[in-house]
Amino acid sequence: MDRVLFGDNQFFGVNHSSDEKSRAQTIRFQTNAAILNVLDIARDEGINTFMCTTHDRIGQICDIIRDNPRYQDFTIYPCMPYAHKYANALTELGVLGTIKQFVPGNIFNTFAKGGVAFMKKDFATLAELMIDAELKMFRGINTPVIWMQNVITDLLLGLGMTDFLVKFHDHVKTKHNAEPGFITMNLPYLLETLEGAGIKQPTICASINKIGFRMSGGVELYEKTIRQKRCNLVAMQVLAAGALPASEAFEYVCKQDGIDSILFGASSRGNISHSKNLIDQYSKQPI
Amino acid sequence: MGLSHCAILGAHPKVDLQSVCDTSAIVLEGFKKHSKFQVFNDYKKMIQDSELDCIVIASPTKFHAEMVDYALENNIHVFCEKPFSLHPEDGRKLAEKAASKGLINQVGYHNRFLGTFNEVKRLIDQDLLGDVYHFLAESYGPVVLKEKGGTWRSEKGQGGGCLYDYASHTIDLIHFILGNTKKVSGTQLKSVFSKHVEDAVYSSLELENNISGQLSVNWSDETHRKMNTQITLLGKKGKIIADATEVKIFLKESNNKLGLEKGWNVRYLTDLTEGVNYYLRGEEYSSQIDHFIECVLNKNQKNKSTFSSALLTDNVISMLLQDQNN
Repeated sequence: MDRVLFGDNQFFGVNHSSDEKSRAQTIRFQTNAAILNVLDIARDEGINTFMCTTHDRIGQICDIIRDNPRYQDFTIYPCMPYAHKYANALTELGVLGTIKQFVPGNIFNTFAKGGVAFMKKDFATLAELMIDAELKMFRGINTPVIWMQNVITDLLLGLGMTDFLVKFHDHVKTKHNAEPGFITMNLPYLLETLEGAGIKQPTICASINKIGFRMSGGVELYEKTIRQKRCNLVAMQVLAAGALPASEAFEYVCKQDGIDSILFGASSRGNISHSKNLIDQYSKQPI
Repeated sequence: MGLSHCAILGAHPKVDLQSVCDTSAIVLEGFKKHSKFQVFNDYKKMIQDSELDCIVIASPTKFHAEMVDYALENNIHVFCEKPFSLHPEDGRKLAEKAASKGLINQVGYHNRFLGTFNEVKRLIDQDLLGDVYHFLAESYGPVVLKEKGGTWRSEKGQGGGCLYDYASHTIDLIHFILGNTKKVSGTQLKSVFSKHVEDAVYSSLELENNISGQLSVNWSDETHRKMNTQITLLGKKGKIIADATEVKIFLKESNNKLGLEKGWNVRYLTDLTEGVNYYLRGEEYSSQIDHFIECVLNKNQKNKSTFSSALLTDNVISMLLQDQNN
């Protein structure tokens, strides 16, 4: 994994510090051109990996960059699923309706793979079909790491349904030939659970920042876990939703021995360049 | 059944989650195959066959009253999802029953556990704004965006509709921060896409302490990515605008006691929120369950969202329905 990964929250109005800012961002990134423009700025600054959700808009971005030679070295780390899509479907259509909508093909057709799986209530196969469907939009694009979104990782973790985490891991590795990653707000708990299920040195992306924002279990336990280097680790929410000044925030994560990559999102050339330079600068200093 | 409640309880270090109950065969099959919990499709059987200390009820609202009653009858502490009950008379009896049996009772109004709204309550209780002369309480989100489909949430008489599902949160927040409602007027319940229930609620509220203001709630507003609740308070000394992520305070004069400057002051969620042991979808969802469990373990702790306080919200829902009919 590259040291610096570029995130997509800003494009979809996800802002953890202000609902008002999130609305302004939604308005600004209404067109795909506006998103591509910011991705180009990130590439100019030497950031070549874009970590993004399987939002419909990302599908459109993929269509634009797929055959464009300018983006041939560009790497995407898909994060799935785009949870709101499913949450809205669950409210509107119920469990059965949601499965019908998102499992490809007719689930009532017992000649189709999805139909057989549905009849047998084979949830693992249904999940595999849904993973494959989510990944379709990235066809022809380099996606070496494929992530499970935190809302799903943490839900399965809490429900103790570890076998689905293992299923995702194995399916991404064997069928998609990529490294499976797990996004979480519960790093120590998840790591322990994955290890218990036989997954050693997993790839994890977790909220890591100086003030302990969204770090379940607290800063001390996180720092200890990071030092043990039991996983390939990406730090996200480094700025703690804007609560920390950039310099202090990046210095903290760069000095944690055991963090491989740092994920951040920004919309302006100034902020992208400043953040990238800070990470480069602090990463060069000995820990 | 409440999948996210179940995950929060499953991860809770002080809880041994025994059993789950649902009527969906597909959900039950998933739990049977992939979880360690015992699975039931009849709540009475679950209560009889498991030795439960507490129960979390997240069924369609029309079942709340009978389920809560049965749990209380069996001396089990109850956390019930909001709104509490469809008929305030049922709610009153249940609140009395829980109190007389000394059982912990809580309703899932999670805004009471948000750092930002707690800060607003603290500031108002310290008289930061002086006389508050108006409030605007709003919730908007994208639930029903077209004219088709639907679950129990879109059915009349089952606790469906924007009034029960969305506005209950907003009303409870007004009660939490400012005080209880005395009177409602000019109520408009509007159907936008739904055939049988309202998708938007607009009304004027007058509180027991004579503060008055407006309620504006709409679940067919897709300009919001998820449910977004905001409260604006206007007082003689200034104004507060707060949502789940920030509190913006405008003061005519500085307040040294509370460390606030003249003009605008902004407080963010990150400074106002305590961490939780397990995070799923917002600290407040974990915090409300933590609080319930703490209350069960330590009976001296006062619960922040009891049946009695939720009953006041149910009463306002009835008042709004009646006002619309008039």
